[in-house]
Amino acid sequence: MDMALPIVNATATVLARVSAAFNAPLARAVVFGVHIDGHLVVEGLLIAVIVFQLTRKSYKPPKKPLTEKEIDELCDDWKPEPLCPPIKEGARIDTPMLESAAGPHTIVDGKEVVNFASANYLGLIGNEKIIDSCVGSLEKYGVGSCGPRGFYGTIDVHLDCEAKIAKFLGTPDSILYSYGISTIFSVIPAFCKKGDIIVADEGVHWAVQNGLHLSRSTVVYFKHNDMASLASTLEKLTRGNKRAEKIRRYIVVESIYQNSGQIAPLDEIVRLKEKYRFRVILEESHSFGVLGKSGRGLAEHYGVPIEKIDIITAGMGNALATDGGFCTGSVRVVDHQRLSSSGYVFSASLPPYLASAAVSAVNYLEENPSVLSNLRSNIALLHKELSDTPGLEISSHVLSPIVFLKLKKSTGSPTTDLDLLETIAERVLKEDSVFIVTSKKSNLDRCKLPIGIRLFVSVGHTESDISALSKSLKGVSASVLSDYF
Amino acid sequence: MVRLPYSTALTTLFSYGLLFAFGHLRDFFRRIIDSRKPTTNLKDYAPICLGHEDFYTRRLFNRVQDCCNRPIASAPDAWIDVIERYSNDGNKTIHRTSKTSRCLNLGSYNYLGFAAADEYCTPRVIESLKKYSASTCSVRVDGGNTKLHIELEELVARFVGKPAAILLGMGYATNSTIIPALIGKGGLIISDSLNHNSIVNGARGSGAAVRVFQHNNIAHLEEVLREQIAQGQPRTHRPWNKIIVIVEGIYSMEGELCKLPEVISVCKKYKAYTYLDEAHSIGAIGKSGRGVCDLLGVDPADVDIMMGTFTKSFGSCGGYIAASKEIIHHLKQTCPAHIYATSMSPPAVQQVISAIKVILGEDGTNRGAKKLAQIRENSNFFRSELKKMGFEVLGDNDSPVMPIMLYNPAKIPSFSRECLRLNVAAVVVAFPATPLLLSRARICISASHTREDLIKGLEVLSKAGDVSGIKYFPVEQEKTTAVEKLKKIQ
Repeated sequence: MDMALPIVNATATVLARVSAAFNAPLARAVVFGVHIDGHLVVEGLLIAVIVFQLTRKSYKPPKKPLTEKEIDELCDDWKPEPLCPPIKEGARIDTPMLESAAGPHTIVDGKEVVNFASANYLGLIGNEKIIDSCVGSLEKYGVGSCGPRGFYGTIDVHLDCEAKIAKFLGTPDSILYSYGISTIFSVIPAFCKKGDIIVADEGVHWAVQNGLHLSRSTVVYFKHNDMASLASTLEKLTRGNKRAEKIRRYIVVESIYQNSGQIAPLDEIVRLKEKYRFRVILEESHSFGVLGKSGRGLAEHYGVPIEKIDIITAGMGNALATDGGFCTGSVRVVDHQRLSSSGYVFSASLPPYLASAAVSAVNYLEENPSVLSNLRSNIALLHKELSDTPGLEISSHVLSPIVFLKLKKSTGSPTTDLDLLETIAERVLKEDSVFIVTSKKSNLDRCKLPIGIRLFVSVGHTESDISALSKSLKGVSASVLSDYF
Repeated sequence: MVRLPYSTALTTLFSYGLLFAFGHLRDFFRRIIDSRKPTTNLKDYAPICLGHEDFYTRRLFNRVQDCCNRPIASAPDAWIDVIERYSNDGNKTIHRTSKTSRCLNLGSYNYLGFAAADEYCTPRVIESLKKYSASTCSVRVDGGNTKLHIELEELVARFVGKPAAILLGMGYATNSTIIPALIGKGGLIISDSLNHNSIVNGARGSGAAVRVFQHNNIAHLEEVLREQIAQGQPRTHRPWNKIIVIVEGIYSMEGELCKLPEVISVCKKYKAYTYLDEAHSIGAIGKSGRGVCDLLGVDPADVDIMMGTFTKSFGSCGGYIAASKEIIHHLKQTCPAHIYATSMSPPAVQQVISAIKVILGEDGTNRGAKKLAQIRENSNFFRSELKKMGFEVLGDNDSPVMPIMLYNPAKIPSFSRECLRLNVAAVVVAFPATPLLLSRARICISASHTREDLIKGLEVLSKAGDVSGIKYFPVEQEKTTAVEKLKKIQ
C-alpha cells in the first residue's frame, strides 16, 4: 500500500502532463531553446517513414535464368522453315539458250531468230575493231586481273579507260567498277549516310533501291516521273526545317527508266535542285551512248552543262557492249570513292579486255556519230508500226531505245498479266522466230510499276526485221488477248 | 591468333596518337586559312564529305598513298611490270611515268597460275570471243543465257560435288544479292567476326537479325546458337524462322582455315543451315583442288550452300553458288543479280571452263595435278623459311596466304618501299581492312613461282625486314645452335 501510492502518484502526474501536452491548444514545447509544435513531430515521423520506404528496393519477383536442361528442350523442340519454298507446279524455268553472238540476228535453240532482247543499241556486238582490241588485250594480260584495285589489280588499260570516259563526257575524272549494277549500289552508300535525306523516283530499278536501303538514310519516294510531285515533296521536306540546311540532300533519278521506258526531264530537275539546294545522282545506264547529239547522255540531250549534275553513274553493258560500270563527277567525288566505295575496294577489278573494249567502243562512238540518228529512225519506225497492236499500247518515250508495251487493260491480277505476256512472247518466238522478252521481277523488288513486254531496239535492225516483229506481234496478241477483251 | 607484346602495343599506340595529333593540328590551321578565303558557289550545301568522315583518308592514308593502287603494265603473273610513279607535293597527287620496273609478284591472287595467257585456255577463250563477242548485252533471264553458261553451271556443280549451281558475274555481288534471297525478316544470321565485307553487306541488306561469333571459336558459336534459339526474336520472343551460319574457307587477312568439321556438327545438332564462302580456297587447296571440304574431309552434301569466286584460282571473274536443285531453282526465280544484271561475259566463262578442265585433268595432260602439288609445296616451303627467319607469320599450313605482322604505322611504308626498291611487289594492309593496331603485309603464293623466285623473294623480304625491324621472333638457327652447344657441353 505504501509502495503503490507513490507509483500511482507518479503515473498520475505523467498522465496529467501528457494529456496537458496533447490537450493544451497550441501546446508549445521548448527543446534546446527552439519552439516545436506537436503536429510537427507527427509530420517528422511521417517523413522518416517515407524516406525509409523509398530507400528500400522495390519488390521484384526473383529472376530465374533458364537452366541448361530447359535450353536443351527448347533447342530440340525448335523446327526451322526449309531454306527455300518447294518448287511450284508448272513454274516456268527454262530460258531460251543462245548459240551465237547476241546481235540483231542470233541462233536460239537451234534456229535463227530476229533478236529484240539484247540492249545492243549501237550494234557493237561483233564489231571487228572491238574484237581485235580484245584479242590483243587477252594475249597480253590474260582474262582476269587477279586482285582488287588496291593490290596490283590496277592495270594501265583501267587508267586509260577512266581518262577516256572523263574526256568524252567533259568531267574532271571518272572511276571504273567491275560490274554494272554494283556501281549504283556502291556509290549511294559511299555518299549518303544515316541522317541524310534522299528523294527518289518510285520507279527506280532494284540496284538503286538496294543502294538506298544500304545507305540507311531517310528515303522519300515521289510519283514516277511526275515533276509536280517532286516539287511538292522537296517543298515539304525543306519548308521550315532549319536542320535541313546542315544535312546532305540528294535526288536520285534514272535517265531512262528500265521499268517503264520514260525519260527524266533533266532541265526541270536541275531547276528544282538549284532552288531547294539538293544534289543530283543520275543513273545513266541506258542513255549513255544513246541520247544527245553525240551520245554524251541526258545532259547533252537537254543542253544542261555537265557540271550541274553532281554524280553520274552508268553501267557499260548496254550501248558500249562490254561489262562493268563507271561513275563520274568532280575530283572530290571520284577520289572519295577510291577508299570508301565497297564495290570498288573489296572486289576484284574489271577484266582488262573489257576495259579495252570500252575504250574502243567510245572511240567508235566519237568517230561515227551518225549511228545515233539511224537508231532514232529505227525507234520511230517501230513506234509507227506498233501503234495499232490489238490489246497492247506503247508506254515509253518516243526517244527511248527500250520500247515498253503494256496491256491496254489489265486483267486485275499481276500473275495473270504476266502469264498472258509470257504466252505472247513464247508464241512469237516459236511461230515467227522473233525473240522478245517480258520484264521480269524479283520478289525483293518493291517497284509497283506495271510489267510489260520490253523491246530493245538496235541500230543493226533492218526495216524488214521491224516489220517482221510488228506483223508477228499483232497476229499473236490478237489471238491470245481475244479471249480477254 | 596474334600475340601482341605490350611494348609493341604501346609504341604503336604512341605512333598513331602522334599522327592523329598532327593531323588535327593541320586541320585546325587549314580551317583558319580557309575561313579567310571567299566562299564558293556551294554555299547552303552541306559538304559532300564531312570533315571527320575522311580525316583518316586525308591525314593518315594520303601520306603513304604510293604504297597502294600501284598500276602495272603486264599480266598479273609471277613477274610483273610495275609502273613507276612520282609525286611533287608530298603524295597529295601522284603522276604516272612511262617507265616500268620488273618485280616479283607476291601480291596478286594467282594461286594456280592462270593469270597470264595459258597454252590451253587462251586459244579457246579467243575462239569464244570471236563466236559470242565480248558481252551479251542482256540479263541472264532474257537473252543472256548462252550454251557456255549452261555448260559452266553443270561443270561447277560436278567439280564442287553438289547437284546444281548458278552463275553470277561478280563475286562481291554474289554474296550481297544471294543472302537477301535466302533469308529475310524473322530470320537470324550468325556470322564469323572476320567475315568479308560482301557478306556483311548481304546480311545487312537482307533485313534479318545478325549476330557475330568469335573468329573460329566453336564453343562460342554453340553458346550463341543455344542462347538465340532459347530466347527467340528480340522483344517478341517468337521462334526464329531459320538460322544460317556463315563461315569462310580461308580468311584472307589471317590465312587461316575455318574449323569446318566442328562447325558442321554443331549446326547439324541445332538444325541451323550452313553457308560456306570459298572465295580463296576453291581450286587452291585440297588434293584435287576442290577446296576446304576436300582438305578437311567433309562431305559436300553436309554443307547447305557453297559459294565461291572465279577471280582467284581460275584467273577469270565472277562467282557461283552450288546447292541442291530446289535451292538453285528458287534462286533463279528470285536472285536480283540473276534477273537484273548483265550476264557474265562469254570469254570469261570459257576461261573458267578451260581452267576447271585443266585442274580435273580432262584436257589430256597432268598439268592440273602438277600445279596443285606445286602450290602446296611452294606455300609450305615459303612459310617455314619465313618463320625460321624470325618473322611473325600467321595462317595454317597448306594455305597459300601468308600475313606477316608489321604493327607500327611507320613500318608499313618502309617495308613496302624497300621491297619495291629491291624489285619485289608486296602488299601491305592497314586500317580499315584490319584492326587499327594489327597492320600486316600479306604474301600470296602462286603455282607459277619457281624455286629460284621464292628464294629471291625470301632474300629481299629478309633485307626489308631488317631495315623495318619486324623480325619479332628470335631467328631459329640461333636456337638450334644453342641447343647443339648444350648437347656438346653435356
